Amino acid sequence: MAITTTKSAFWKGFRDSAPFLFMASPFGFLFGVLAAEAGLIVPEAFAFSLTVFAGAAQFTALQLMQENAPLIIILISALAVNLRMAMYSASLTPYLGDAPMWQRAIAAYFIVDQSYALSVVQFETEPEMPLPQRVAYFFGTNGLITPAWVIATALGALVGTRIPESWGVDFVLPLAFLAMIGPMLRTPAHVAACFVAVAASLPAAALPYNLGLIVAGIAGMVAGAQAELWLERQKAKAEGAK
Amino acid sequence: MSSIPTPVLWTVIIGLALGSYGLRFAFIGFMGGKPIPEWLMRHLRYTAVAIIPALVAPLVVWPAPTGGDPSLMHFAAAAATFAAGYLTRNVLIGLGTGGLSLLLLYLAA
Repeated sequence: MAITTTKSAFWKGFRDSAPFLFMASPFGFLFGVLAAEAGLIVPEAFAFSLTVFAGAAQFTALQLMQENAPLIIILISALAVNLRMAMYSASLTPYLGDAPMWQRAIAAYFIVDQSYALSVVQFETEPEMPLPQRVAYFFGTNGLITPAWVIATALGALVGTRIPESWGVDFVLPLAFLAMIGPMLRTPAHVAACFVAVAASLPAAALPYNLGLIVAGIAGMVAGAQAELWLERQKAKAEGAK
Repeated sequence: MSSIPTPVLWTVIIGLALGSYGLRFAFIGFMGGKPIPEWLMRHLRYTAVAIIPALVAPLVVWPAPTGGDPSLMHFAAAAATFAAGYLTRNVLIGLGTGGLSLLLLYLAA
C-alpha cells in the first residue's frame, strides 16, 4: 500500500514498530530491575534510559560499574557497543540527510536498532517516497518504542528495589548478554568476530583495569573485518573461475 | 555487590548520553551526503558482536554468584541461553530458556 500523506506515513511507522514492543518493554524492564539491584534509585535508572537510550550499551555500563572498572574503560566499552549507531547514522543519511537541521538533530536521538531496521527497509522498498514522509515514517517507528523503553525501565526499577538480594539475580545480566549475541551472528564474519573476542577475553581477563575487554573487543572487531574481506575475495575468485 | 558511587554513575550517564548522541549525529548531522569510508564501515559492523561476547565470556567462566569459581550449573544455563537465542534468533526466547534452565539446575542441586 502506497503512503499518501505525511500523517499516514507517521502512523505506518507507528504500526510497523508494534511487534518490537515485545522486545523493548521486557528488556527495558529487565534493565530497570538490574539497575535497582545494582543500587540505582528509580530516577537514576529512568534518566539513564531516557538520555542514553541504547539497551546493550546500558547493560554494558551497568556490568562494568559493578566490577568497579575505571571510568574511562566503562565509557570506551559502552560507546564501542554503540559504534553501530554511527553506522546506522551513515546509512540513513542518503534518505534523511536533506531534511532541515533541526529535524536531523532530533532524529539523531531516535536512531536505534529498531527504527533503523524498519526505516531502511521502508525507504528501500519505496524509493519514490517524498522527504517529509520519510522523516514522518522514521519518527513514527519511535512513537511506541521510546516511551515503552523508558517507562518499562522505571517500572523495572520500582520492582527491583523490592526484590531481596538473596534471590541472586547477579547471573541474569550475563544471560541477557548471551541472549543478545545469538541473533547478532548473521554471517560467518560475525561468528569469527565473536569467536576471536571470546578466545581473547579469557587470557586478557588477567590484564588490569578491565583493559582485557578493550583488547579482546578490538581483536574480535579486526577478525570480523578481515573475515569479511577474505569471504569477499573467495566469492570473487569463485565467480572469476566460472 | 558493591554499590556504585553517585559521581561515577552520573559521569557514566552523562558521558554515555553525550557520546551516544554524538555517534548518532555524526553522519546524519555533519557529513551531509558524504559516504563513510568502506574500511571504517567494515570495522563498525563488528564492534557490538566483539565487545559483548568479550564482556560475557569471563562472566560465564568465572561466575559472580560462586565468587568466581567455575560452575557447571552456570555454564550450562549460559550455553542453553546462547543456543536458544542463536537457533530461534529471538532474544526473549533465549533469555527465557536460560533463566528457566538456571532455575531448574538450582532446584536440582
